[in-house]
Amino acid sequence: MSAAAKRYVMTVDTRLCVGCKACVLACKAENAVPDGFCRDWIVEDVRGEFPRLSAEIRSERCNHCTAAPCVKNCPTGASHVNEGGVVLVTHNKCSGCKACIAACPYDARFVHPAGYVDKCTFCLHRVRKGLQPACVSVCPTGTLVFGDAGDPSSEVRQKLDTRRSKVNHPESGAGPNVYFLT
Amino acid sequence: MATTRRDFIRIGGASLGAAAFGSGLFTNWWGLDPDRVHDPATDGDRVVPTFCELCFWKCGVLAHVKNGRVTKIVGNPEHPLSRGRLCPRGTGGTGLLYDPDRLKKPLLRRRGKRGEQTFEEVSWDAALDFTAGKLEEIRRKYGPEAVALFSHGYGGSFFKTLMTAYGSNNIAAPSYAQCRGAREVGFQLTFGSPVGSPENLDLSNSRVITLIGSHLGENMHNTQVQDFALALSRGAQVVVVDPRFSTAAGKARYWLPIKPGTDIALLLAWMHVIVEEGLYDRDYIEKYATGFGELKAHLADKTPEWAFTETTIAPETIVETARLIAGARPASLVHPGRHVAWYGDDTQRTRAIAILNALLGSWGRRGGFFIPVSMNVPKVPTPVPAHKPRPAPDAPKGTVYPFADEVLAHGLCDATIPGTGAYDFKGWIVYGTNLIQALPEPAKTVRAIQNLDLLVAIDVLPAEIVGYADVVLPECTYLERWDDVGPTPWREPFLAIRQPAVPPLYESKPGWWIARELAKRLGHADFFPWDDAGQMVEARLAKAGHDVARIKASGIVRGKPVPVTTEDGLELSFKTPSGKIELSSAQMAAAGLPPLPPYTRPEEPASGQFRLLYGRTPAHTFGRTTNNRFLSQVTSGNEVWVNARVAMEKGLSSGEKVVLVNQDGVRSEPVPLKATQRIRPDCVFVVHGYGHTSPRLQFAKGRGLDDAKLMTRTKVDPAMGGTGMNVNFVTVEKA
Amino acid sequence: MTPLLETTTTRANPQIDPSLHTWGWEIVIYLFLGGIAAGILVLTAFLELTRPDKPRSRAMRWMPLVALALLSVGMLALWLDLAHRFWAWRFYATWKVTSPMSWGAWILVLLYPTGLLLWLGSLEDGERSWLRGKSPAAGKSLLEWLIRLSDRRRGTILKLGLVLGIGLGIYTGMLLGTMPSRLAWNSALMGPLFLASGISTGAALLLLQKLDRGEREILVRWDALAMTVELFLIALMLTGWATSGAAGRFAAHGFLGGPYTAVFWSLVVILGLLVPLAIDAIEARRHLAFVAIGPVLILCGGLALRWVLLAAGQASAFRLLP
Repeated sequence: MSAAAKRYVMTVDTRLCVGCKACVLACKAENAVPDGFCRDWIVEDVRGEFPRLSAEIRSERCNHCTAAPCVKNCPTGASHVNEGGVVLVTHNKCSGCKACIAACPYDARFVHPAGYVDKCTFCLHRVRKGLQPACVSVCPTGTLVFGDAGDPSSEVRQKLDTRRSKVNHPESGAGPNVYFLT
Repeated sequence: MATTRRDFIRIGGASLGAAAFGSGLFTNWWGLDPDRVHDPATDGDRVVPTFCELCFWKCGVLAHVKNGRVTKIVGNPEHPLSRGRLCPRGTGGTGLLYDPDRLKKPLLRRRGKRGEQTFEEVSWDAALDFTAGKLEEIRRKYGPEAVALFSHGYGGSFFKTLMTAYGSNNIAAPSYAQCRGAREVGFQLTFGSPVGSPENLDLSNSRVITLIGSHLGENMHNTQVQDFALALSRGAQVVVVDPRFSTAAGKARYWLPIKPGTDIALLLAWMHVIVEEGLYDRDYIEKYATGFGELKAHLADKTPEWAFTETTIAPETIVETARLIAGARPASLVHPGRHVAWYGDDTQRTRAIAILNALLGSWGRRGGFFIPVSMNVPKVPTPVPAHKPRPAPDAPKGTVYPFADEVLAHGLCDATIPGTGAYDFKGWIVYGTNLIQALPEPAKTVRAIQNLDLLVAIDVLPAEIVGYADVVLPECTYLERWDDVGPTPWREPFLAIRQPAVPPLYESKPGWWIARELAKRLGHADFFPWDDAGQMVEARLAKAGHDVARIKASGIVRGKPVPVTTEDGLELSFKTPSGKIELSSAQMAAAGLPPLPPYTRPEEPASGQFRLLYGRTPAHTFGRTTNNRFLSQVTSGNEVWVNARVAMEKGLSSGEKVVLVNQDGVRSEPVPLKATQRIRPDCVFVVHGYGHTSPRLQFAKGRGLDDAKLMTRTKVDPAMGGTGMNVNFVTVEKA
Repeated sequence: MTPLLETTTTRANPQIDPSLHTWGWEIVIYLFLGGIAAGILVLTAFLELTRPDKPRSRAMRWMPLVALALLSVGMLALWLDLAHRFWAWRFYATWKVTSPMSWGAWILVLLYPTGLLLWLGSLEDGERSWLRGKSPAAGKSLLEWLIRLSDRRRGTILKLGLVLGIGLGIYTGMLLGTMPSRLAWNSALMGPLFLASGISTGAALLLLQKLDRGEREILVRWDALAMTVELFLIALMLTGWATSGAAGRFAAHGFLGGPYTAVFWSLVVILGLLVPLAIDAIEARRHLAFVAIGPVLILCGGLALRWVLLAAGQASAFRLLP
């Protein structure tokens, strides 16, 4: 990865995440997400049989895929790739056709009551001001780290290089950019 | 057909136009149709620092206010408890502020019976006059001690002052006898200091963290979870002792699925191994502790093999974990617990935990317990009360709880039934605590209430207790008021202020105003020698030499760090009678109680019964927040956790509605079953705080299962009177 | 042995969880009417291109207009499905090469002038006079110009109609087929299947009109061919899924024992394809008069096919594979 190309990614440390849902609510507050909807969520997997058990907790959201099928399928160009590879929906270009929702392997999108399609935006409006996304900001366990993976000195790059990680359903071929540290 | 020049121009022009148009098909029309990054614009025009009250940890927050509305609440980076981050409940403060079910106007019950909710809206003057009138009447007829104050929440300080002025010391919070009281006593007896809140845990430096039943991670005490996570990221290992595979158990190296009620056996066996194998901190014990000989003798027969027969934890595991825990000393922390009112021998269990920590040398050490410091602020000078109140009748006649250093809330409730205590209560002031769900045996609480001449409820939401009141005084939320300023013991000295972000909604008023108005009417205005709590706080801060404007802008003033562990250079001292850590408690012996923790085998459930265990969920503070519609978007009900094999044997599957019936025949509301591998076959688990019945809690009413209702039995701790509540057994039936 | 797994999620987004249901009856109606319109345009254009001198029945001449009418109803349904429908014009502010829906939007819009000219060019003199009489004074010269254009460029228009008709028939199938996140859509055969179904339902609707014998014979043969191709494609699609990885097997299972098995085989395959084919064979063998039941079953089967596929696809989320 060249140092010049900005590529925003997020790492989620499953060793630390307790699934408290502070990220879910902080996102809702920051982005005025309508009641009943969420842009990020908690998945908990518990494996085994009593008393031999193991658990993994993940904070998940849109993966801002490198080869995002939602962007490819959007007929109006509303779904597009913005700064740093962040996949956004331009509200006044969205017709609400929902092709992107059908195309998303992770079901990360939803139809906003206003009519356009909505999802996690990596809080690009905050990132551009030098702030962290709302979920990263609030997380009490430090599970969430966000930054430019193209910058070798970034914390997120350090996590990716030094920790074992995985992505959700890599066989989707979409190239997700949210990494789960294990 | 020949192409004329005209044709050529026409065709050419059309082609150019088409190309121009066409290019727009693939671009943003030369930037005229850009992809703007949408800004939800939730940042406030004003950002007001204060501290949260969705629970009682008091994390510093920043309230964003835009056009007079709080748009969002984020953590205050300057505040040592939040450090800029929040648990889910902190963000949910807007759900409380804008809860449509909030108490809006003072209410008076002029007709009908208590609990029938036949309230009339009245003016503040009418409500306050009525309240003061009744209080004066009670004082005249029975003496001021006949009034009890139940208070939970930082704003209660003003009502405590009122009670002091009025002449009663009968002030209690369920957080003592129904929650953490036993561990304060256990640690006080051992180290000479209680644990307190926030707990004095140097978690982030711990190498091994042992949790006895504590479900950190579901219990979202912000700073503690932050420190826990920090410890994990530094490679700390965790031992979790819990009949249920909690979130913390998912992070643990060892999960010990202990038989409920047998923790003391495990603790004694651990100590047996640690003493036997010489794994304890010899220097520390020699220097700081007494009673080691007695302890060693007491531990002699508490072998891992014996403990296995009680706890069902394999002896090898007990030995392994003992070695792991001791090997990391002194940075090995056995968590003191928080809600510890379990089996009635809770003081003994927390004593055992304290003793184990002493053996590890963790008290006063890095990675163990730091010795907290506080930043004080001059108090408001108040007169000495004219009347010296009689002691609280919070124990049944003839019973003494020798180490209860706070008033027992359930004891005051019991004494409200005539003839139970040394004297009877005639009036209750209930501030911010829903006694119907917070005290066990709610039917008894309701019976007690019927004997009162006055029940005043001061609250934000119409919780069940409010429905039983004679007069309801609506307080505004923490976001709309000033509260007192006072020290919070922590690893560094600091003071934080609670100041309003927005003015009070509806006709609600701050607690300070309510208390002051009552005091004025009772002739005790001199106990509130100020007109406005905000001015009072600012004056005190100024008197202490602080930059008030800066504090109002940042919400906080921090003092210079001082040593809090021996590694920092602190000299340890212990406020025990011997001046040392009392491994064997002479005080307990003097009171006729075992000086070293004995193991008491818990009662077995009858066949087909399961022990009812309860706990927390991260997005809620038990019944306090279950009406919060914002928080409820992530968690909106509870379910019964039953072992998967047991469920299968009973023909029950996940999602199916079930009912719990306790040993006294009390039936619960129907809720979904969660058939899971994550719990022992002999117990069931629910999240506490659901099953509200108050009709005015429009969202929470009828939602979920009320476990408090099923706690018709308690086991009382003889040392401090705490009510152990893990002693109820239930059957599980299809709904 | 894989360990037992208990998994919980806090996400419960309307229309997304527990499984997708963002596209409903509106899309089924559009797919159905669009398919018929495509079939009509393809068949009328093809018929004329291959038998230019044969006379045509009035029904055949006017069906392109009917196709446009049906397409308009379908497009109305499509527009109603849009959650942000007053921004629908955005489809026409760009062309996204990678988006089958964008291709479809443009095909749909280009079909109108093409279909109109195709219909105009099919009209006989008497019908043209009637049309001239009906048009307002202001539009008369435009009408003449259009009629002249449709006559002069008849061949081009027919070919364009054929190509666009095929495009219309195939693109919706490709739209579904190119979404690997919905397992019961993900097949390269989905496009051809939709085209074949469009042709068979288009032919069925044509067969319900008053046609002359020659036309009827050809259409019956084309209908039978289209249905045979459909069956073949369905078999290939299911076989392909069943013999590929976990994703494919999951998709196939929906129709081979899973929740859609009964509806698919009874309504789509048996009643919608096999029975009409049998009727055709019996009619041919016994030289029986034509009965309407065949085409009606084909139309019902076509509707059922689209309804089942839409439901199965949305219910077969890729992320639900372990």
